[in-house]
Amino acid sequence: MIPEIGHFSLIVATALSFLLAIYPLIGAKINHPGMINSAKPLAIMQFLLMTLSFVVLAYAFATDDFSVGYVATNSNSLLPLRYKISAVWGGHEGSLLLWSLTLAIWTAAVAVFSRGIPKVALARVLSVMGMIAIGFNLFILLTSNPFDRTLPYLPLDGNDLNPLLQDVGLIFHPPMLYMGYVGFSVAFAFAIAALMAGRLDSAWARWSRPWTLVAWVFLTAGIALGSWWAYYELGWGGWWFWDPVENSSFMPWLAGTALIHSLAVSEKRGVFKSWTVLLSISAFSLSLLGTFLVRSGVLVSVHAFASDPARGLFILAFLIAVVGGSLLLYAVKGSEIKSRGKYGLFSRETFLLINNVLLIAALLVVLIGTLLPLVHKELGMGSISIGVPFFNNIFFYIMIPFAIALGVAPLLRWKKQEADLRPLFIQLAVIAVASIVLAVALPAIFADKIKIVAVVGFALAFWVIITSLLEVYIRATHRHSFATGVTKLGRSHWAMVLGHIGLAMMLIGISATQNYKIEKDLRMLPGDEVVFADYLFEFERIGEANGSNYEGYKAVFNISKDGKFETVMHAEKRSYFAQRSMPMTEAAIDWGVTRDLYIALGEQLADDSWAVRIYYEPFIRFIWWGGLVMSIGGLLAVSDRRYRFVNKGAAKAQ
Amino acid sequence: MTNDVKKKKQLMTRLVPLIVFLCVSIFLYIGLFRDATVLESTFIGRPVPEFALNDLVEPELQHDKSVLSGKPMLLNVWATWCPTCYAEHKYLNELAEDGVYIVGMNYKDERTKALRWLEELDNPYKISLYDPDGMLGLDLGVYGAPETFFIDSKGIIQYKHVGDINPRNWNSELKAVYEQLK
Repeated sequence: MIPEIGHFSLIVATALSFLLAIYPLIGAKINHPGMINSAKPLAIMQFLLMTLSFVVLAYAFATDDFSVGYVATNSNSLLPLRYKISAVWGGHEGSLLLWSLTLAIWTAAVAVFSRGIPKVALARVLSVMGMIAIGFNLFILLTSNPFDRTLPYLPLDGNDLNPLLQDVGLIFHPPMLYMGYVGFSVAFAFAIAALMAGRLDSAWARWSRPWTLVAWVFLTAGIALGSWWAYYELGWGGWWFWDPVENSSFMPWLAGTALIHSLAVSEKRGVFKSWTVLLSISAFSLSLLGTFLVRSGVLVSVHAFASDPARGLFILAFLIAVVGGSLLLYAVKGSEIKSRGKYGLFSRETFLLINNVLLIAALLVVLIGTLLPLVHKELGMGSISIGVPFFNNIFFYIMIPFAIALGVAPLLRWKKQEADLRPLFIQLAVIAVASIVLAVALPAIFADKIKIVAVVGFALAFWVIITSLLEVYIRATHRHSFATGVTKLGRSHWAMVLGHIGLAMMLIGISATQNYKIEKDLRMLPGDEVVFADYLFEFERIGEANGSNYEGYKAVFNISKDGKFETVMHAEKRSYFAQRSMPMTEAAIDWGVTRDLYIALGEQLADDSWAVRIYYEPFIRFIWWGGLVMSIGGLLAVSDRRYRFVNKGAAKAQ
Repeated sequence: MTNDVKKKKQLMTRLVPLIVFLCVSIFLYIGLFRDATVLESTFIGRPVPEFALNDLVEPELQHDKSVLSGKPMLLNVWATWCPTCYAEHKYLNELAEDGVYIVGMNYKDERTKALRWLEELDNPYKISLYDPDGMLGLDLGVYGAPETFFIDSKGIIQYKHVGDINPRNWNSELKAVYEQLK
């Protein structure tokens, strides 16, 4: 009975999304206040019903209701409660329900927190979001209903949740990613609504900006979290694998990053509007494409849901309707977008545009790399795989102009270039030399070899950091002494600084690990010693280590450097009772600012020796810290005073 | 006049994203259907792949693909970590009593646990293969357990059933598949 309540509230929510898509839109057209005002309560009701539906499904998981087919395939009675709850979004149907719930959350949030926006404009925005909700809710109801019963033959117990998914990181990772993915629907809805109304002014960019930033923060944090999870949980010592699932979250991120910058220019300077609209459409379209790629199984054929092509077909039809429709609208109505204002060659606008183009180039590389294997197969050219070297290579070359322009842009003026550019060029030349010197010095200190690729990466990172600091100094001392001036800088200014320094930190982390990471596969007996990257690893002993829901082995390693004891590391191998097919590696990680030591315990070999993988990963933490710093930057931008009371007078373009 | 030409040009530029997207969609559409057929043909109608696996009960004894031909049979993939296999096991015993030839493949499991399982629940398998690393399972494209392959006397896989075999699906469809095997 209870699962039917969830099913029923999903149906009612779908009916409400139809109303939301149509009613306020007509109201906006004929200027009927009652119909326009209906948008907000409809959005809130839809959110409440979706929440009810989701809670009911979670309840079915918590109470082991295996008469619900989705529960039986994704959970079993032995699972700890927290993983039963995270199993709600562990499979296809539930993750779609989460997608839809997330959309309802965003829709309701826009309805409630957009006090400063004219009601007519808000009605259009909410209607567009209602249209998206229709598509997803129908998809769930028609092809992927999580509430389907297995009656009258219900199974005794359920199947198992993949042990990989039994992890705290995975409890938070998908919801955060979805908040990011789906959050771009707000920017999308604002852009479409503005196109419909033919009113693309700076106000539109200002309304859209905080929402886009929040979505971007979620996506950034979600991707960083996923990368960190893959690092400590998979036991391969890697942090990014360029697999289609990762790529499909990275593509909206690239478009979103371009979008938040382009929106800033549109808001402040009134230019790039057409470009901003296109990016708004692209960011969300790529989120949808990502959903299609992951959920239809077009790419990962082994994990395909292809036994049921109806699902893939539905998403594809939806994708074509949403993306095709909005791109058509853009083509037809785009002529009404008027950008006022011109800008000089060495202006901030130019450099922001350069970086926007580079971000899109990077995006296309990822898109092509992800889709090419598919296209290749269909053209009868056989199976190919686009490997990690392809992406790494191209990203290296894109990064060079990107980081250079990123460092320069904040130092330039809006609109027109300085009359005399010479002082700037001299400053930049000094910074360039300093960056290169530091970039050579860094590997000289921590490594034994100096590699060109790494030096380039470090130099770009230092370039970004120093130019950012210089910019802060110039801005702070513009009118005051440095000490007073630095406290007067706005939050969105600090947001930019943190965003860029976060990127520089990632650059350092990536350049260091990619070039100076050492890994070794060893066969070790207890008592064996190995010297590795200046560290002495002593395999002291191995013993059984059993937990409440698993049994396994724990190996103890003593680490010393230069004859001095450093630390003890415990690497584990676990076999969960629920699913023995997948022994899990609990890697031992000794983390530090400048390096991680990483030990993964492999198989037991014939003569009582063990396969052991040891990694030395210099500066790898900088990658996730960089992501964290970027996210904090994004949050600072959202909290800027200008967005707290959104009204027309508050935003003085400056 | 020139204004019109300019406008048309601008429209064409703005249509580029749409056209690119539609081209991508065509490939996505084809990809959607290609996959389904590939997935089927990978296993069905092909001979059993080469393998060398030890016997579950007698570790010294090694089997190869010849044990999976000569008569129509079922190859049942099971493991002690799989609750559904437990539910299925009783019915497999009944089928074996009725003369259905079943070969078992213990999949990613531990030998001692598997042997205890067969002791306690009875052994419906004429031959038990032991595949602790899932090597044969990988070649056969096993998703999980239980799965059952229907193999004819020439050693060719004719059908694959994912999930448990129970009186319901056996009588409604699987029995007919088994009886058609030559």
